Amino acid sequence: MYSALLIVFREILEAALVISIVLVATRGVAGRGRFVAFGMGVGIAGAILVAIFAETIAGMFAGVGQEVFNATILFLAVAMLAWHNIWMAQHGRELASNLKSVGAEVAVGTKPLYFLSVVTGLALLREGSEIVLFMYGLTASGNGASAMLTGGLLGLLAGTALGIALYFGLLRISARHLFAVTSVLILLLAAGMAAQASQYLMQAGYLPEYAPLWNLNGILPLNSLPGQILHALVGYVPSPTAVQLVFYIATATLIFVGGKTLGRASAFEKRIVR
Amino acid sequence: MKHKTIIVALVAISVLSTVPAMAETPVYELSIKDHMFEPALLEVPQGQKVKLVVKNLDATPEEFESYELNREKIIPGNSKAVIFVGPLDAGEYPFFGEFNMETAQGRIIAK
Repeated sequence: MYSALLIVFREILEAALVISIVLVATRGVAGRGRFVAFGMGVGIAGAILVAIFAETIAGMFAGVGQEVFNATILFLAVAMLAWHNIWMAQHGRELASNLKSVGAEVAVGTKPLYFLSVVTGLALLREGSEIVLFMYGLTASGNGASAMLTGGLLGLLAGTALGIALYFGLLRISARHLFAVTSVLILLLAAGMAAQASQYLMQAGYLPEYAPLWNLNGILPLNSLPGQILHALVGYVPSPTAVQLVFYIATATLIFVGGKTLGRASAFEKRIVR
Repeated sequence: MKHKTIIVALVAISVLSTVPAMAETPVYELSIKDHMFEPALLEVPQGQKVKLVVKNLDATPEEFESYELNREKIIPGNSKAVIFVGPLDAGEYPFFGEFNMETAQGRIIAK
Protein backbone atom coordinates (compact mmCIF):
# COMPACT_ATOMS: atom_id res chain seq x y z
CA MET A 1 0.00 0.00 0.00
CA TYR A 2 2.86 2.38 0.80
CA SER A 3 4.39 2.13 -2.64
CA ALA A 4 1.09 3.15 -4.21
CA LEU A 5 0.76 5.97 -1.72
CA LEU A 6 4.25 7.28 -2.44
CA ILE A 7 4.00 7.07 -6.19
CA VAL A 8 0.61 8.77 -6.43
CA PHE A 9 1.70 11.34 -3.84
CA ARG A 10 4.79 12.26 -5.85
CA GLU A 11 2.90 12.71 -9.10
CA ILE A 12 0.01 14.60 -7.54
CA LEU A 13 2.41 16.84 -5.60
CA GLU A 14 4.05 18.08 -8.78
CA ALA A 15 0.71 19.00 -10.32
CA ALA A 16 -0.75 20.40 -7.10
CA LEU A 17 2.15 22.78 -6.47
CA VAL A 18 1.99 24.16 -10.00
CA ILE A 19 -1.77 24.66 -9.80
CA SER A 20 -1.51 26.30 -6.38
CA ILE A 21 1.05 28.80 -7.56
CA VAL A 22 -0.90 29.89 -10.63
CA LEU A 23 -4.03 30.12 -8.48
CA VAL A 24 -2.24 32.42 -6.04
CA ALA A 25 -0.87 34.45 -8.92
CA THR A 26 -4.40 35.03 -10.24
CA ARG A 27 -6.27 35.50 -7.00
CA GLY A 28 -8.94 38.19 -7.15
CA VAL A 29 -9.46 37.65 -10.84
CA ALA A 30 -13.10 36.92 -11.53
CA GLY A 31 -14.02 33.57 -13.02
CA ARG A 32 -10.64 31.90 -12.68
CA GLY A 33 -12.17 28.95 -10.83
CA ARG A 34 -14.01 27.93 -13.96
CA PHE A 35 -10.86 28.02 -16.04
CA VAL A 36 -8.97 25.90 -13.52
CA ALA A 37 -11.82 23.43 -13.24
CA PHE A 38 -12.04 23.18 -17.00
CA GLY A 39 -8.31 22.61 -17.23
CA MET A 40 -8.55 19.90 -14.58
CA GLY A 41 -11.32 18.11 -16.42
CA VAL A 42 -9.53 18.20 -19.74
CA GLY A 43 -6.23 17.25 -18.10
CA ILE A 44 -7.67 14.19 -16.38
CA ALA A 45 -9.53 13.07 -19.49
CA GLY A 46 -6.36 13.60 -21.48
CA ALA A 47 -4.34 11.62 -18.93
CA ILE A 48 -6.62 8.63 -19.39
CA LEU A 49 -6.33 8.94 -23.17
CA VAL A 50 -2.55 9.18 -23.00
CA ALA A 51 -2.43 6.12 -20.77
CA ILE A 52 -4.63 4.17 -23.18
CA PHE A 53 -2.48 5.17 -26.13
CA ALA A 54 0.83 4.94 -24.24
CA GLU A 55 2.16 2.22 -26.46
CA THR A 56 1.23 4.02 -29.66
CA ILE A 57 2.78 7.26 -28.47
CA ALA A 58 5.90 5.46 -27.30
CA GLY A 59 6.37 3.85 -30.68
CA MET A 60 6.29 7.12 -32.58
CA PHE A 61 9.47 8.93 -33.63
CA ALA A 62 11.49 5.72 -33.86
CA GLY A 63 10.69 4.69 -30.30
CA VAL A 64 11.10 8.04 -28.54
CA GLY A 65 7.56 9.31 -28.98
CA GLN A 66 7.06 9.50 -25.21
CA GLU A 67 10.01 11.84 -24.83
CA VAL A 68 8.89 14.05 -27.70
CA PHE A 69 5.38 14.17 -26.25
CA ASN A 70 6.58 15.00 -22.73
CA ALA A 71 9.03 17.62 -23.94
CA THR A 72 6.33 19.26 -26.06
CA ILE A 73 3.92 19.40 -23.14
CA LEU A 74 6.59 20.88 -20.92
CA PHE A 75 7.63 23.52 -23.45
CA LEU A 76 3.98 24.48 -23.91
CA ALA A 77 3.63 24.95 -20.17
CA VAL A 78 6.84 27.01 -20.13
CA ALA A 79 5.40 29.26 -22.83
CA MET A 80 2.17 29.74 -20.87
CA LEU A 81 4.00 30.58 -17.64
CA ALA A 82 6.38 32.93 -19.40
CA TRP A 83 3.47 34.67 -21.04
CA HIS A 84 1.75 35.10 -17.69
CA ASN A 85 4.81 36.72 -16.13
CA ILE A 86 5.38 39.03 -19.04
CA TRP A 87 1.70 39.92 -19.26
CA MET A 88 1.65 40.74 -15.54
CA ALA A 89 4.72 42.92 -15.95
CA GLN A 90 3.01 44.79 -18.76
CA HIS A 91 -0.34 45.27 -17.09
CA GLY A 92 0.86 45.55 -13.53
CA ARG A 93 -0.07 49.19 -13.33
CA GLU A 94 -3.79 48.46 -13.79
CA LEU A 95 -3.53 45.64 -11.28
CA ALA A 96 -1.86 47.86 -8.70
CA SER A 97 -4.79 50.22 -8.47
CA ASN A 98 -7.28 47.37 -8.46
CA LEU A 99 -5.55 45.48 -5.68
CA LYS A 100 -6.05 48.42 -3.42
CA SER A 101 -9.79 48.47 -3.97
CA VAL A 102 -11.86 46.25 -1.73
CA GLY A 103 -13.97 44.54 -4.34
CA ALA A 104 -12.75 41.27 -5.75
CA GLU A 105 -14.14 42.04 -9.19
CA VAL A 106 -11.12 43.17 -11.08
CA ALA A 107 -11.04 44.99 -14.35
CA VAL A 108 -8.34 42.58 -15.33
CA GLY A 109 -11.10 40.19 -16.29
CA THR A 110 -9.92 41.21 -19.71
CA LYS A 111 -6.79 39.16 -19.09
CA PRO A 112 -6.96 36.01 -21.13
CA LEU A 113 -7.36 33.37 -18.48
CA TYR A 114 -7.08 30.34 -20.66
CA PHE A 115 -3.42 30.13 -19.75
CA LEU A 116 -4.74 28.87 -16.39
CA SER A 117 -6.61 26.05 -18.08
CA VAL A 118 -3.64 25.13 -20.22
CA VAL A 119 -1.11 25.07 -17.38
CA THR A 120 -3.49 23.13 -15.10
CA GLY A 121 -4.45 20.72 -17.85
CA LEU A 122 -0.88 20.06 -18.92
CA ALA A 123 0.26 19.44 -15.35
CA LEU A 124 -2.52 16.92 -14.78
CA LEU A 125 -2.00 15.37 -18.20
CA ARG A 126 1.61 14.49 -17.49
CA GLU A 127 1.30 13.36 -13.91
CA GLY A 128 -2.14 11.82 -14.39
CA SER A 129 -1.10 9.53 -17.22
CA GLU A 130 1.64 8.05 -15.04
CA ILE A 131 -0.84 7.47 -12.24
CA VAL A 132 -3.38 5.87 -14.58
CA LEU A 133 -0.77 3.52 -16.00
CA PHE A 134 0.52 2.63 -12.55
CA MET A 135 -2.97 1.96 -11.22
CA TYR A 136 -3.82 -0.08 -14.28
CA GLY A 137 -0.76 -2.20 -13.64
CA LEU A 138 -1.81 -2.70 -10.03
CA THR A 139 -5.37 -3.72 -10.79
CA ALA A 140 -4.23 -5.98 -13.61
CA SER A 141 -1.87 -7.87 -11.34
CA GLY A 142 -4.77 -8.46 -8.99
CA ASN A 143 -2.99 -9.13 -5.74
CA GLY A 144 -3.69 -6.62 -2.96
CA ALA A 145 -5.44 -4.33 -5.41
CA SER A 146 -7.77 -2.82 -2.84
CA ALA A 147 -4.89 -2.01 -0.49
CA MET A 148 -3.08 -0.41 -3.40
CA LEU A 149 -6.11 1.63 -4.38
CA THR A 150 -6.45 2.84 -0.80
CA GLY A 151 -2.80 3.81 -0.82
CA GLY A 152 -3.30 5.65 -4.08
CA LEU A 153 -6.25 7.55 -2.67
CA LEU A 154 -4.26 8.51 0.42
CA GLY A 155 -1.44 9.69 -1.82
CA LEU A 156 -3.90 11.80 -3.78
CA LEU A 157 -5.21 13.37 -0.58
CA ALA A 158 -1.74 14.00 0.82
CA GLY A 159 -0.51 15.62 -2.39
CA THR A 160 -3.61 17.78 -2.64
CA ALA A 161 -3.27 18.77 1.02
CA LEU A 162 0.27 19.99 0.44
CA GLY A 163 -0.88 21.98 -2.54
CA ILE A 164 -3.63 23.58 -0.49
CA ALA A 165 -1.13 24.30 2.29
CA LEU A 166 1.12 26.05 -0.19
CA TYR A 167 -1.82 28.06 -1.51
CA PHE A 168 -2.89 29.37 1.87
CA GLY A 169 0.69 29.73 3.01
CA LEU A 170 1.46 31.99 0.08
CA LEU A 171 -1.67 34.04 0.67
CA ARG A 172 -0.34 35.02 4.07
CA ILE A 173 2.33 37.03 2.34
CA SER A 174 1.36 40.68 2.25
CA ALA A 175 -0.04 41.93 -1.02
CA ARG A 176 2.89 44.22 -1.74
CA HIS A 177 5.31 41.31 -1.79
CA LEU A 178 3.05 38.60 -3.15
CA PHE A 179 3.31 39.76 -6.75
CA ALA A 180 7.09 39.53 -6.67
CA VAL A 181 7.03 36.19 -4.86
CA THR A 182 4.62 34.55 -7.31
CA SER A 183 6.51 35.98 -10.26
CA VAL A 184 9.71 34.41 -8.98
CA LEU A 185 7.98 31.11 -8.25
CA ILE A 186 6.47 31.01 -11.74
CA LEU A 187 9.81 31.89 -13.29
CA LEU A 188 11.51 29.03 -11.42
CA LEU A 189 8.67 26.65 -12.30
CA ALA A 190 9.13 27.47 -15.96
CA ALA A 191 12.91 27.12 -15.75
CA GLY A 192 12.56 23.72 -14.06
CA MET A 193 10.13 22.53 -16.70
CA ALA A 194 12.42 23.64 -19.50
CA ALA A 195 15.31 21.76 -17.90
CA GLN A 196 13.14 18.66 -17.56
CA ALA A 197 12.12 18.94 -21.20
CA SER A 198 15.78 19.03 -22.15
CA GLN A 199 16.27 15.85 -20.12
CA TYR A 200 13.68 14.09 -22.26
CA LEU A 201 15.33 15.35 -25.42
CA MET A 202 18.69 13.97 -24.25
CA GLN A 203 17.00 10.70 -23.37
CA ALA A 204 15.67 10.60 -26.92
CA GLY A 205 19.12 11.22 -28.35
CA TYR A 206 18.10 14.56 -29.83
CA LEU A 207 20.38 16.67 -27.63
CA PRO A 208 24.04 15.96 -26.81
CA GLU A 209 24.85 14.91 -23.31
CA TYR A 210 27.92 14.87 -21.11
CA ALA A 211 28.47 13.64 -17.60
CA PRO A 212 26.52 15.34 -14.81
CA LEU A 213 28.33 18.31 -13.34
CA TRP A 214 27.79 17.35 -9.73
CA ASN A 215 26.02 14.65 -7.74
CA LEU A 216 23.94 15.54 -4.70
CA ASN A 217 22.17 12.20 -4.51
CA GLY A 218 23.91 11.49 -1.22
CA ILE A 219 22.95 14.85 0.29
CA LEU A 220 19.51 15.67 -1.05
CA PRO A 221 18.07 12.69 -2.92
CA LEU A 222 14.97 13.02 -5.04
CA ASN A 223 13.16 10.27 -3.19
CA SER A 224 12.85 12.37 -0.05
CA LEU A 225 10.09 14.83 0.76
CA PRO A 226 12.30 17.94 0.62
CA GLY A 227 13.82 16.69 -2.61
CA GLN A 228 10.40 16.12 -4.16
CA ILE A 229 9.13 19.53 -3.10
CA LEU A 230 12.25 21.26 -4.39
CA HIS A 231 11.95 19.34 -7.62
CA ALA A 232 8.33 20.35 -8.10
CA LEU A 233 8.86 23.98 -7.09
CA VAL A 234 12.20 24.94 -8.61
CA GLY A 235 13.11 21.99 -10.77
CA TYR A 236 15.83 20.65 -8.49
CA VAL A 237 17.69 17.58 -9.74
CA PRO A 238 20.57 16.02 -7.80
CA SER A 239 22.92 15.46 -10.72
CA PRO A 240 22.23 17.87 -13.56
CA THR A 241 24.05 17.87 -16.86
CA ALA A 242 25.32 20.98 -18.59
CA VAL A 243 22.44 20.97 -21.09
CA GLN A 244 19.85 20.93 -18.30
CA LEU A 245 21.59 23.83 -16.59
CA VAL A 246 21.74 25.79 -19.82
CA PHE A 247 18.02 25.34 -20.42
CA TYR A 248 17.28 26.29 -16.82
CA ILE A 249 19.39 29.44 -16.78
CA ALA A 250 18.38 30.49 -20.30
CA THR A 251 14.67 30.14 -19.56
CA ALA A 252 14.95 32.00 -16.26
CA THR A 253 16.97 34.76 -17.88
CA LEU A 254 14.64 35.11 -20.86
CA ILE A 255 11.56 35.39 -18.68
CA PHE A 256 13.25 37.80 -16.29
CA VAL A 257 14.59 40.01 -19.05
CA GLY A 258 11.33 39.77 -20.96
CA GLY A 259 9.43 40.97 -17.93
CA LYS A 260 11.78 43.86 -17.34
CA THR A 261 12.00 45.10 -20.89
CA LEU A 262 8.47 44.42 -22.07
CA GLY A 263 6.86 45.50 -18.85
CA ARG A 264 6.86 48.50 -16.67
CA ALA A 265 7.79 46.57 -13.58
CA SER A 266 9.61 49.29 -11.69
CA ALA A 267 6.71 51.68 -12.00
CA PHE A 268 4.38 48.98 -10.76
CA GLU A 269 6.52 48.22 -7.75
CA LYS A 270 6.64 51.86 -6.77
CA ARG A 271 2.86 52.06 -6.80
CA ILE A 272 2.50 48.88 -4.79
CA VAL A 273 4.86 50.10 -2.11
CA ARG A 274 2.74 53.25 -1.73
CA MET B 1 6.40 26.98 -55.02
CA LYS B 2 4.24 26.47 -51.96
CA HIS B 3 4.01 22.73 -52.62
CA LYS B 4 7.80 22.45 -52.91
CA THR B 5 8.20 24.03 -49.49
CA ILE B 6 5.73 21.62 -47.96
CA ILE B 7 7.45 18.61 -49.51
CA VAL B 8 10.87 19.78 -48.34
CA ALA B 9 9.49 20.30 -44.84
CA LEU B 10 7.91 16.85 -44.76
CA VAL B 11 11.13 15.23 -45.94
CA ALA B 12 13.10 17.13 -43.31
CA ILE B 13 10.71 16.06 -40.58
CA SER B 14 10.82 12.40 -41.58
CA VAL B 15 14.60 12.45 -41.82
CA LEU B 16 14.93 14.14 -38.44
CA SER B 17 12.58 11.66 -36.83
CA THR B 18 14.88 8.82 -37.78
CA VAL B 19 18.00 10.47 -36.38
CA PRO B 20 18.01 8.36 -33.19
CA ALA B 21 17.85 5.17 -35.23
CA MET B 22 20.64 6.25 -37.54
CA ALA B 23 23.12 7.11 -34.75
CA GLU B 24 26.04 4.66 -34.55
CA THR B 25 25.69 3.82 -30.86
CA PRO B 26 26.24 0.40 -29.27
CA VAL B 27 23.06 -1.29 -28.12
CA TYR B 28 22.58 -2.95 -24.73
CA GLU B 29 19.54 -4.97 -23.76
CA LEU B 30 17.70 -5.05 -20.47
CA SER B 31 14.63 -7.11 -19.67
CA ILE B 32 11.94 -6.70 -17.08
CA LYS B 33 10.51 -9.99 -15.95
CA ASP B 34 8.39 -10.60 -12.87
CA HIS B 35 9.09 -7.00 -11.86
CA MET B 36 12.85 -7.53 -11.83
CA PHE B 37 15.58 -6.30 -14.16
CA GLU B 38 17.67 -8.78 -16.08
CA PRO B 39 20.59 -8.29 -15.88
CA ALA B 40 20.55 -6.34 -12.62
CA LEU B 41 24.15 -5.26 -13.26
CA LEU B 42 24.93 -3.86 -16.69
CA GLU B 43 28.44 -2.94 -17.76
CA VAL B 44 28.88 -0.24 -20.35
CA PRO B 45 31.99 1.52 -21.62
CA GLN B 46 32.68 4.88 -20.02
CA GLY B 47 32.71 8.05 -22.07
CA GLN B 48 30.45 6.62 -24.74
CA LYS B 49 26.83 7.19 -25.60
CA VAL B 50 24.92 3.91 -25.50
CA LYS B 51 21.44 2.83 -26.51
CA LEU B 52 19.48 0.82 -23.98
CA VAL B 53 16.70 -1.36 -25.29
CA VAL B 54 14.51 -2.24 -22.33
CA LYS B 55 12.06 -5.06 -22.95
CA ASN B 56 9.12 -5.28 -20.62
CA LEU B 57 8.24 -8.98 -20.61
CA ASP B 58 5.58 -8.44 -17.95
CA ALA B 59 2.00 -7.69 -18.86
CA THR B 60 1.84 -4.58 -16.67
CA PRO B 61 3.59 -1.25 -17.36
CA GLU B 62 6.82 -0.30 -15.64
CA GLU B 63 8.64 3.01 -15.34
CA PHE B 64 12.38 2.83 -15.87
CA GLU B 65 13.85 5.60 -13.74
CA SER B 66 17.24 6.75 -12.52
CA TYR B 67 18.16 9.94 -10.71
CA GLU B 68 21.89 9.52 -11.37
CA LEU B 69 21.27 9.03 -15.08
CA ASN B 70 18.47 11.61 -15.32
CA ARG B 71 16.23 9.09 -17.05
CA GLU B 72 12.52 8.45 -16.74
CA LYS B 73 10.46 6.38 -19.18
CA ILE B 74 7.24 4.41 -18.98
CA ILE B 75 7.33 1.06 -20.74
CA PRO B 76 3.88 -0.42 -21.38
CA GLY B 77 3.38 -4.12 -20.76
CA ASN B 78 4.71 -6.51 -23.37
CA SER B 79 6.60 -3.82 -25.23
CA LYS B 80 10.09 -2.39 -25.40
CA ALA B 81 11.59 1.05 -25.10
CA VAL B 82 14.66 2.83 -26.41
CA ILE B 83 16.58 4.95 -23.91
CA PHE B 84 19.81 6.76 -24.73
CA VAL B 85 22.33 6.92 -21.89
CA GLY B 86 25.71 8.57 -21.53
CA PRO B 87 28.47 9.37 -22.20
CA LEU B 88 29.12 8.44 -18.58
CA ASP B 89 32.10 8.96 -16.34
CA ALA B 90 33.41 5.77 -14.71
CA GLY B 91 31.19 4.80 -11.80
CA GLU B 92 28.00 3.14 -10.72
CA TYR B 93 24.58 4.46 -11.69
CA PRO B 94 21.56 2.89 -9.97
CA PHE B 95 18.25 2.59 -11.73
CA PHE B 96 14.88 1.22 -10.64
CA GLY B 97 11.38 0.42 -11.78
CA GLU B 98 9.26 3.04 -10.08
CA PHE B 99 6.09 0.98 -10.24
CA ASN B 100 7.72 -1.96 -8.45
CA MET B 101 10.51 -0.41 -6.45
CA GLU B 102 10.92 -3.25 -3.96
CA THR B 103 12.01 -5.73 -6.62
CA ALA B 104 12.94 -3.74 -9.73
CA GLN B 105 16.45 -2.51 -8.94
CA GLY B 106 19.61 -2.45 -10.98
CA ARG B 107 22.87 -0.66 -11.65
CA ILE B 108 24.76 0.46 -14.68
CA ILE B 109 28.53 0.22 -14.20
CA ALA B 110 30.59 2.39 -16.51
CA LYS B 111 34.22 1.40 -16.86
